[in-house]
Amino acid sequence: MTNLVSVRDLRVSFRLGKHKVVEAVRGVSFAVPENATVALVGESGSGKSVSAMSIVRLLPDNAIVDPASRIEFEGANLLGAPIEQLRRIRGKDISVVFQEPMSSLNPVFSVGTQISEVLRLHLNLSAKQATERVVELLTEVGIPEPKARLDSYPHELSGGQQQRVMIAMAIACEPKLLIADEPTTALDVTVQRQILELIARLQDKHRMSVLFISHDLGVVGEIADRVVVMRDGTVRESGAVEAIFSEPRDAYTRALLACRPRLDAKPKRLPVIDDFMAGGGAPIVVTENRVARPHEEKPLIEAKGLSKIYRLKTGLFARKSIAAVQEASFALWRGRTLGVVGESGSGKTTIGMLLMRLVEASTGEVMFDGTDLLRLSDAQMMAYRRRIQIIFQNPYSSLNPRFTVGQILTEPMKIHRIGASDDERFGRAAALAKRVGLAADSIHKYPHEFSGGQRQRIAIARCLSMQPEVLICDESVSALDVSVQATVLNLLLDLQDEFGMSYLFISHDLAVVKYMADDMLVMHNGEIVERGSAEAIYESPQHEYTRKLLRSIPTGYRQAHS
Amino acid sequence: MAAIAQDVPGAAAERSQGVWAAAWARLKQDRVGVACLGLVVAFMALILMSAAGLVAGGWQIEKGVPYANPSFLGDAPNVEAQAVDLAAPKGPPVDISDIDPLAPRYEEWNRRAAEIQVSSPPRAETLPFGGDRWGRDVLEKSVKGAQISIFVGVFAAVLATFIGTVLGAVGGYFGGRAGDLLEWVYNVFTAIPGILLIFAFAAVVGRGIDTVILILGLTGWTGIYRLVRAEYIKHASREYVRAAQAIGASHASRMFVHILPNISHVVLVQLSLLVVGFIKAEVILSFLGLGVPIEMVSWGTMLAEAQTELVIGKWWQLAAATLFMAVFLTAFSLLTDALRDALDPKLR
Repeated sequence: MTNLVSVRDLRVSFRLGKHKVVEAVRGVSFAVPENATVALVGESGSGKSVSAMSIVRLLPDNAIVDPASRIEFEGANLLGAPIEQLRRIRGKDISVVFQEPMSSLNPVFSVGTQISEVLRLHLNLSAKQATERVVELLTEVGIPEPKARLDSYPHELSGGQQQRVMIAMAIACEPKLLIADEPTTALDVTVQRQILELIARLQDKHRMSVLFISHDLGVVGEIADRVVVMRDGTVRESGAVEAIFSEPRDAYTRALLACRPRLDAKPKRLPVIDDFMAGGGAPIVVTENRVARPHEEKPLIEAKGLSKIYRLKTGLFARKSIAAVQEASFALWRGRTLGVVGESGSGKTTIGMLLMRLVEASTGEVMFDGTDLLRLSDAQMMAYRRRIQIIFQNPYSSLNPRFTVGQILTEPMKIHRIGASDDERFGRAAALAKRVGLAADSIHKYPHEFSGGQRQRIAIARCLSMQPEVLICDESVSALDVSVQATVLNLLLDLQDEFGMSYLFISHDLAVVKYMADDMLVMHNGEIVERGSAEAIYESPQHEYTRKLLRSIPTGYRQAHS
Repeated sequence: MAAIAQDVPGAAAERSQGVWAAAWARLKQDRVGVACLGLVVAFMALILMSAAGLVAGGWQIEKGVPYANPSFLGDAPNVEAQAVDLAAPKGPPVDISDIDPLAPRYEEWNRRAAEIQVSSPPRAETLPFGGDRWGRDVLEKSVKGAQISIFVGVFAAVLATFIGTVLGAVGGYFGGRAGDLLEWVYNVFTAIPGILLIFAFAAVVGRGIDTVILILGLTGWTGIYRLVRAEYIKHASREYVRAAQAIGASHASRMFVHILPNISHVVLVQLSLLVVGFIKAEVILSFLGLGVPIEMVSWGTMLAEAQTELVIGKWWQLAAATLFMAVFLTAFSLLTDALRDALDPKLR
């Protein structure tokens, strides 16, 4: 098997400010053989994207590539090639699919125009020939009614279809290498499955090479031939996919494999990277199963017939109503976790918002301790606000960038008059920061000085400052790396044990919900289609949609190849 | 929860670099920015000294001959100054005491007049940067004018920024009816040509420094209102504001404690742009006779005087006012640019 691209001793650093240079990639070597799929796997900041983008030199302006680095493509060193030569290669011999299809497509050009641009640039096709080829391509990537779709604009397509268009654009000139940078991360789980299958099929059909970048080992196990595991700008381990999954040699690879929640086990605690790295590769794995707290007599929160209907103006007099949530009824028990799964647009986030009254419900009632929360005035609601708290999805946007951690943590206490003086509140804030695992000096820092996982800890501490009884976790770990996810989930479980909180755990990630939840709701198009205990739903799903969701979970290498 | 509150780790931990400190560090990297900051600070010091009477306190004293030449042009002819001497009659006086009914009293008057000592201070032929029509020092006038002009510019800008920010915050944050009402007010204000609006206000409220500040403040808030409103619409739906709502923060707290610091760069940059604009507007108003009162001097009144002087070739008053204005406004604008670069979170 000859190598199509070989990257040798790649070193890339970034210039930040006048005298500061940060090394992002420190001597990375790997090769992409012909007609094979290589997966670059690593957490954010591992240098996987930078390494891949160096091949086509799509790097930011402040990047410095070490002159000794070599990237060989068909015998030539791409790093030394003039930019004109690279432009001929980009899109023709090597093409790229990015993570966010919505922002990678130009919103003011139709799909047909955007795909035919590549064809005309590189293959000098006439307008008519190009259009014919575009229809072929759209058919190939599985867009229904490709002829009618030629004149569609990106916003008229769903996320999955947009990504298919991106892929059509990438394979338009039959490239020898397709670089896919997290192509499925922004997509729903069922769509992710379709896109993965599409990429695998195209790779096989066109006999091209694929460089697949992902943070999730589970995803790459099904489609990759070789896997390169990266961390902190170096390659930790690389090898054939069987070897990586069945006998990982590096502790870090083992940790990555272990820290993802599994569908078949529910240990008290998830293994985290540090366990593996510190323990020399032999961590103490907790195998004891977590036991849910038994149901009390009455549920803590009982929602009945909860609906949220948005009315849209579609004409002068015409109104269209869209139900974000329809007639949802559920119960949340003290000390237990209610998982809510569904794809984007299923209304799962709205449920959390309705409970908090961050969005006003159209109909229904939410009984909390015998009081209907939806009938309370804003002033009456204040007393209940501190008892129900929410952790948002994106830890980068849910913390005010102009507040120090100390201010963030003391503000809710000030509002709810917890603590007698500012000093006492500050003391509590410091203790909370410590409890969620932040360093002692964090209290004076600003959010931008923390990583995603640490920020989510700050958000958790902010909720804890009010000693809530109910915590709504709205996709709270979805934006985090797999390994960081594990540590945050562990923290949430510890806190639940310690304070007896109830969780409403909303996520699109079925494995995470399976691990966290005791009871579960499956939502589809604003309706609850299935409910029951988490185990029961995963073992014998009743609704067709639930079955489809479960089939879409990336199974990793073992199941896919057994 | 009480148990965890007891254990307080060292609260004396070193304070980390905050947003402002980081902005200051970035500003220091910008050489042009630092130079402009120096100039602006120098101007402020000058204004403070002038206000305290340490410099340019005697700007109204007629120190030189009318239209005294600048020192560096000492030899240039000054026809206007000589014209005063030429006014004295020459040649032998004609005796008209026969028909003059006052003639018998001249002797007495002359005697009494001799008893009064009249001392006219010596008038300098040249002044450092020349003199105006009454022989006042142009340099001192410029310094005093800077005090008035910059004072007016800064206070009017603060007023306009305050109005624009508060209205923009309300309009953008609440939207709906309140937003519509404010949009309506905004549209009315912007529909009238700016200078006409200023004239209308000036005609109603009369002259004075406070009037100028009020006029400029009340007419100049529209631009900043628009920008602040847009920022508030954007930020009101951000997750950190949602999070603040979730912990029970009030509307006012969300608007001014949470969102305002995050859009402060917009407000600050607009504020400094307004200062520049209002100094120019004050100049125009004074030039048109609607600005500061007649007994005061500003760069605008200097420019208005310079109009007639320029015809007879006395250019230094115009030059002095223009130079002061140009240096201050250029420095201030560049400082503004540097500030925006240093404060914009997107550049981080």
